[in-house]
Amino acid sequence: MKTDIILCGVGGQGILSIATVIGEAATRAGLQLKQAEVHGMSQRGGDVQSNLRLSTTDIWSDLIPKGSADLIISMEPMEALRYVQYLAPDGAIVTSSAPLVNIPDYPDKDAVLAELRKYPHTVILDIEEAARKAGNPRGANMVLLGAASKYLDIVGRERLEAAIATVFAAKGEEIVNANINAFRYDLESE
Amino acid sequence: MKKLLLGDEAVALGAIHAGLSGVYAYPGTPSTEITEYIQKAAPQVRSRWCTNEKTAMEAALGMSYAGKRALVCMKHVGMNVCADAFVNSAITGVNGGLVVLAADDPSMHSSQNEQDSRFYGKFALVPIFEPSCQQEAYDMVAKAFALSEEVKLPVLLRVVTRLAHSRAAVEVAEEAAPQNPLNPASDRGWVLLPAIARRQYASLVEKQSALQAYSESLAAIEYSSPSRAVAPFGVVACGIGYNYVKEAGADVPILKINHYPLPAAAVKALSLRCRKILVVEDGQPVVEQDVRAVLGAEYKVEGRLTGALPRTGELDPDNVAAALGKPSAEGCKAQALSNRPPQLCPGCGHRDVYTALNKVAAGYPGAKIFGDIGCYTLGALPPYNALASCVDMGASITMAKGAADAGVFPAIAIIGDSTFTHSGMTGLLDAVNDHSSITVVISDNLTTAMTGGQDSAGTSRFEAICLGLGVEPEHLHVVVPVPANMEKISEIIRSEIEYPGVSVIIPRRECMQTLKRHKKK
Repeated sequence: MKTDIILCGVGGQGILSIATVIGEAATRAGLQLKQAEVHGMSQRGGDVQSNLRLSTTDIWSDLIPKGSADLIISMEPMEALRYVQYLAPDGAIVTSSAPLVNIPDYPDKDAVLAELRKYPHTVILDIEEAARKAGNPRGANMVLLGAASKYLDIVGRERLEAAIATVFAAKGEEIVNANINAFRYDLESE
Repeated sequence: MKKLLLGDEAVALGAIHAGLSGVYAYPGTPSTEITEYIQKAAPQVRSRWCTNEKTAMEAALGMSYAGKRALVCMKHVGMNVCADAFVNSAITGVNGGLVVLAADDPSMHSSQNEQDSRFYGKFALVPIFEPSCQQEAYDMVAKAFALSEEVKLPVLLRVVTRLAHSRAAVEVAEEAAPQNPLNPASDRGWVLLPAIARRQYASLVEKQSALQAYSESLAAIEYSSPSRAVAPFGVVACGIGYNYVKEAGADVPILKINHYPLPAAAVKALSLRCRKILVVEDGQPVVEQDVRAVLGAEYKVEGRLTGALPRTGELDPDNVAAALGKPSAEGCKAQALSNRPPQLCPGCGHRDVYTALNKVAAGYPGAKIFGDIGCYTLGALPPYNALASCVDMGASITMAKGAADAGVFPAIAIIGDSTFTHSGMTGLLDAVNDHSSITVVISDNLTTAMTGGQDSAGTSRFEAICLGLGVEPEHLHVVVPVPANMEKISEIIRSEIEYPGVSVIIPRRECMQTLKRHKKK
């Protein structure tokens, strides 16, 4: 069994902490893992992505081949579209609905969302609003991870929650609980 | 014990566990995390960021001279900066183990070129190790130190971005091996007077057959099927190229290469088992040329030079699968989208510097602003579109000088604080000595920002450095780049442009990224 994930967004949105949590959960599940990150210049407000591959068997390439990603998790709607050629035909997209407009030629927001809805399994979520409602305005990325967790059976929700506790342990119990609440938000709102 | 490590971190921990005594480096993507990891994880290892790659290389050679194990880390273009010391370290040879880590950046994710450091290894006649995965990266460092001490040569360890910045679980030792005792070299081989250098060079050439034998001993051909029949083609897979070949699941014989000089006998053995050879290597066609030389013009060799793989850019699972004749999976159609280039952070002081420079330059139709390497290179993009050039570390000042010599007016250089100490100071001295009519802006954000905020070598000493190099005190200005000071800054730039000699303006304000981090603490 394998799950290939593309995490994406704009530099500074915190996609790497999502990757860290999934990575920790995958390690607990005894899975093989490879995670290619982008460091350096793009982190300054440019498009960023991370290829995260989880598998019960050996993983060779650090990068996901085209047409084979099971899941795109995106902090920004247009950025989700940037990687669709990597998505398997029945793959899922879980994305924030909020455009980050830091370029002059950002396309029409509704057109972007309409395009995203054409894919068979798309979840579009106002993660900023959800994070505020969950009482953790800085936990938007954990809301997104919570929404994506239904496509992450390979690790399971319990392991993801345990991983959040481990990854944020150094920041104290309050932050851990706030992030777990944000993570659970989507499930409870359904 | 298993640990989840970036390729860079695997190199770092491998070095720590191999009894490392010192790491010397200038930050550069994708190599920076190696030194950062050692600084955090191993207080017993001597480590402070160096001014540039050449000072790093020489300090490491000094530690090796003293009998201890040293590591030098840099991005590929850093090899150009330290080349003098690197090439000559093969002539002196080493005492304590010396490993030179070069992190290449095929596809230029954060670089100006995609030069292949293996050429440097061949050029200097030293052994090269090239891991294909994080585990090999960890394991190879200890072997590289051992080989270095055995053959008394530096070992070049080459990684590429996709390994340096990719994480995987790595089986690691529980603790570090002890460091070597202090045991300075006592032979004359370290004094490269011509008579001695000739002897040393002959000895280096003599060592080549032993290095070749070492590579051959570690080269093995994988046959996927037990059949003794000759395959339609075979693959020479170097470094991470091997992963993409395995990902494609091609049923072909594979010669996996992780050590150079190229194991020519193994290449010949592979050639007898297949009708042609595809060379899969990330970077430039170093091995492809060598394989051609080994097998002769009659034998068909494919790779980046024949178009089987793209001539430029990094390997990926798709272009390697295509070269192996495997169709890619049917995916969704790519979308045509707006590009989202990186940009200066909101509130960044470089923004105010460019606003002022553009405002003043607008009054001079011939104005040219020569840029340099760092976050502020982004001033070349909209909305500023300010730069005439960005070439290499320090080139802003010297190119402005040359352009001014040719008659460009005004010739302005913009350079960051860390880049200035890396390679800008010598150029400024040239300009002072020649009384060149240039205006140099040292945009000081008190850190090496582009690579994540490492210490900058000259912090708090820039005025003293410039005065020491001979800049006249009345033509040296320090300003705070904030919108409220825009009038004042523009006026200073304008009047210094009119001064027919060297002026230095230092806009100084802390990087927004390090400021955020300092506030959190």
